[in-house]
Amino acid sequence: MIGQQIFNGLTLGMAYALIAVGYSLVFGILRLVNFSHGSVYAFGAHAALLFVGMKLGIFPAILMSLIFTGVLGILIDKTALEPLRKKKSMPIASLITTIGISNIIQNMLTATFGSQKKAFPALFDFGVISVGKLQISWTQICMCIISLMLMLVLVLLVHKTKIGLAMRACEQNPKAASMMGINVNFIISFTFFLGGVSAAIAGALISGYYQIVYPNMGYMAGLKAFAAAVLGGIGSLPGALIGGLLVGVSESMAATFLGSTYRDCMAFIILIIVLIVRPNGLFGKKGITKV
Amino acid sequence: MNDIKQKKNFNIILYLEQFIDRFKLPLAVSSAVLLLIFPHLLTNQYILTIVVKVGIYIILALGLNILTGYVGLVSLGHAGFVAIGAYTASLLATRLGLGFFLSMLCGMICAGIAGILLGLPTLRLSGTYLSIVTLGFGEIIKTIAMNWDSVTNGTLGVKNIPSPSIFGLKLTIANGGFYYLMLVMLLIVTLFCYVTYKSRTGRAFLAIKTDEMAGIMMGINVTYYKVLAFVLSACICASAGALYASLIGYIDPNTFTFDVSTMILSIVILGGMGTIRGMFIGSIILITFPELSRSLMDYRFVVYGLILVLMMRFRPQGLLGWKSQMPYKLSKSITRKLEQARSDKQENLSQ
Amino acid sequence: MAYLQVNEITKRFGGIVAVDKVSFEVNKGEIVSIIGPNGAGKTTVFNMLTGVYTIDEGEIVFDGKPIHNQKPQDIVKVGISRTFQNIRLFYDLRVVENVLVGTHINTNYNFFDSVFRTPRFRKEEDDKVYNAIRILQSIGLDNRRDDYAQNLPYGDQRKLEIARAIATGAKVLLLDEPAAGMNPQESAELLQFIRSLKVQGYTVIMIEHDMSVVMNISDRIYVIDHGKPIAKGIPSEIANNERVIEAYLGGVNINA
Repeated sequence: MIGQQIFNGLTLGMAYALIAVGYSLVFGILRLVNFSHGSVYAFGAHAALLFVGMKLGIFPAILMSLIFTGVLGILIDKTALEPLRKKKSMPIASLITTIGISNIIQNMLTATFGSQKKAFPALFDFGVISVGKLQISWTQICMCIISLMLMLVLVLLVHKTKIGLAMRACEQNPKAASMMGINVNFIISFTFFLGGVSAAIAGALISGYYQIVYPNMGYMAGLKAFAAAVLGGIGSLPGALIGGLLVGVSESMAATFLGSTYRDCMAFIILIIVLIVRPNGLFGKKGITKV
Repeated sequence: MNDIKQKKNFNIILYLEQFIDRFKLPLAVSSAVLLLIFPHLLTNQYILTIVVKVGIYIILALGLNILTGYVGLVSLGHAGFVAIGAYTASLLATRLGLGFFLSMLCGMICAGIAGILLGLPTLRLSGTYLSIVTLGFGEIIKTIAMNWDSVTNGTLGVKNIPSPSIFGLKLTIANGGFYYLMLVMLLIVTLFCYVTYKSRTGRAFLAIKTDEMAGIMMGINVTYYKVLAFVLSACICASAGALYASLIGYIDPNTFTFDVSTMILSIVILGGMGTIRGMFIGSIILITFPELSRSLMDYRFVVYGLILVLMMRFRPQGLLGWKSQMPYKLSKSITRKLEQARSDKQENLSQ
Repeated sequence: MAYLQVNEITKRFGGIVAVDKVSFEVNKGEIVSIIGPNGAGKTTVFNMLTGVYTIDEGEIVFDGKPIHNQKPQDIVKVGISRTFQNIRLFYDLRVVENVLVGTHINTNYNFFDSVFRTPRFRKEEDDKVYNAIRILQSIGLDNRRDDYAQNLPYGDQRKLEIARAIATGAKVLLLDEPAAGMNPQESAELLQFIRSLKVQGYTVIMIEHDMSVVMNISDRIYVIDHGKPIAKGIPSEIANNERVIEAYLGGVNINA
């Protein structure tokens, strides 16, 4: 029973980690919590639903939704956040802007698709494997594998490629990076693209798992993923993975032992405790105050 | 070119301020008369309800403004404080039969305690982190309201919340009493915000907002003032929550969602963070807008998001968020003392 | 024992020793300068004096009482106040309000006094405003009293920072590069003003790069480089000290 719950939690945690990556990447470069990320995830799920409904075949449909969501990420940066950076607005302004964007996306989804819950086709539905008492569905296995592979790709991208080097440079010091000839705005937009793509993958995976999509789905999932990112140390990719897994497991534990209504609360409780006790997360670094 | 344009803008504000300053008394009297006879000018209770709702949201915005506008801490969970105020007051009223004012006071105290509990641990957190924790706070309060069945009646909510009454007279929308109650509370809260702003407390708030480190170096006890702002903000929002509950007569956990928090924040930002006048205009626009735009259907909620985005980009100080262009007001005794000092000096020179 | 006695204070950031056993003493009514090349650790010393940083070793004794590792607020209360190298004013507040924030710790009415506008509130507030205006008059900023701090020219912003520090009621003023960015005329005026502070009984500790200011005004000078003290003495001694000239070599001629 407990083993089963832990495994379910791990599967869910993998998907949270994918959303958390989006928060971490953007935070790393802009020091900004991209509040709209949850609704970008919901957008990804709805895009997948739309394209799957067009009978393009599952994989082309999901690929299309990835591209669209990635472009949405770029759009958010270009239309709303880049102008604020140019004006050198206060950090509060960017935060409030992303809250506004989140509101816009979510309500546009509601207006277009309706607020009701819609059925989503199950992905990778190849039955169930029993290992001892554990019931493991193929959906769960595929979720884990795909998420892990994507995390690996992202880590390689950031640490082994030229654009990844540029991303890390911008993270350290955007001004110096731009003097070295790096197009900082391009890098930031690329980061938003990556965030959008990973959110869309998570959107497709989680919707395929629960077989349900609705416009508000991004609110809770986004917050939980944010809790995961903070728990792992925001800005760190392995941190996002560990944080996601911890949030996922504690959530399914809470659902079992405290009752399902407390499930959504877990992420917040973890979040608040982490922020108060260790604000830099498990893998974060500490900064020095400059006067 | 830009400079000239700005100068001109400033002058308009200065003229406006001088105009208001010169005709203070007639303006105050006429608006007071207008507000007092307002319910007798209309027969439509629906409009009066909306006006009362606008008033309640002004109070909420004034409450959040203390935290966000003065101290610069963006809270995304103020619905939590509203919920505490509304639940405490209506539970005391329905279960124990306490009067409106007493139960409202209890609600404010509870919210104040919650403000301390939320404020103290979050002191170390900066900007965004703090906002996220306040958001979590709002959600946790909602979850508690949902799950603590024996007290809050869970998802079914609290029904038949009585209207407030004074000396046996029930204050309702129909007899206009509720409107006047709102008016009195609004007046008290507005005055409270004004006197707090114009004192060393207000200056300490603003100092923390503009430069916390410099504020610490001036000896400001940042901990105390941040927690104070949390408490004041929570109490004001709780009082509005109690008022709201007795206006509608029914509350459940879904009355106090994240959308309420965003709505209050939108009002503060649209009107102009840190101003009192802005809360009035922001509330009037944002609360009446959905009523006027029912034809837009679902798209009207997109507008709230658009307001946040567009305001931040084009007018981050808000619609009425200008800085006063009038000279700093000195009290008469200071002016006299300064004159005295000046003439003394001149005398010394001539000798 | 001196008025302010700093004994071998040390600050480490990770493996780096930013300030290494720096000692100095300041007598009441003196003007003491701390100089050294960029990155020598001067501002870090100020941060340790004002409680922004804790110190890893050593002690700071002010007026007979140890004040190291206390909260910044408490250090202001004992009477040490500072200005910042990169100006940190309350830009959205008026000039007079900036100074009023400085009077914060000496204002004794409580929250309820301000809510109910009691006589105590009115009296205290009037006193403080009057006091603030007097300080502004003495530093020559009275004509800009109603302006917002962000609209002041650079030199006036530096002056306002000093006015704000004075308003805290401090007896010791720590000025971090007060003449930075000022033209020769402005810095000459500033020189005059700092001298007048000395006459009024203030003690001044100053970090400054402008040697014409430092050599003219200081009673004594301490030189640090790479976090270590390398010289101390009266201006004429420092100007001819070989180690100091070496530390500044290729930079400026110290007699300039």
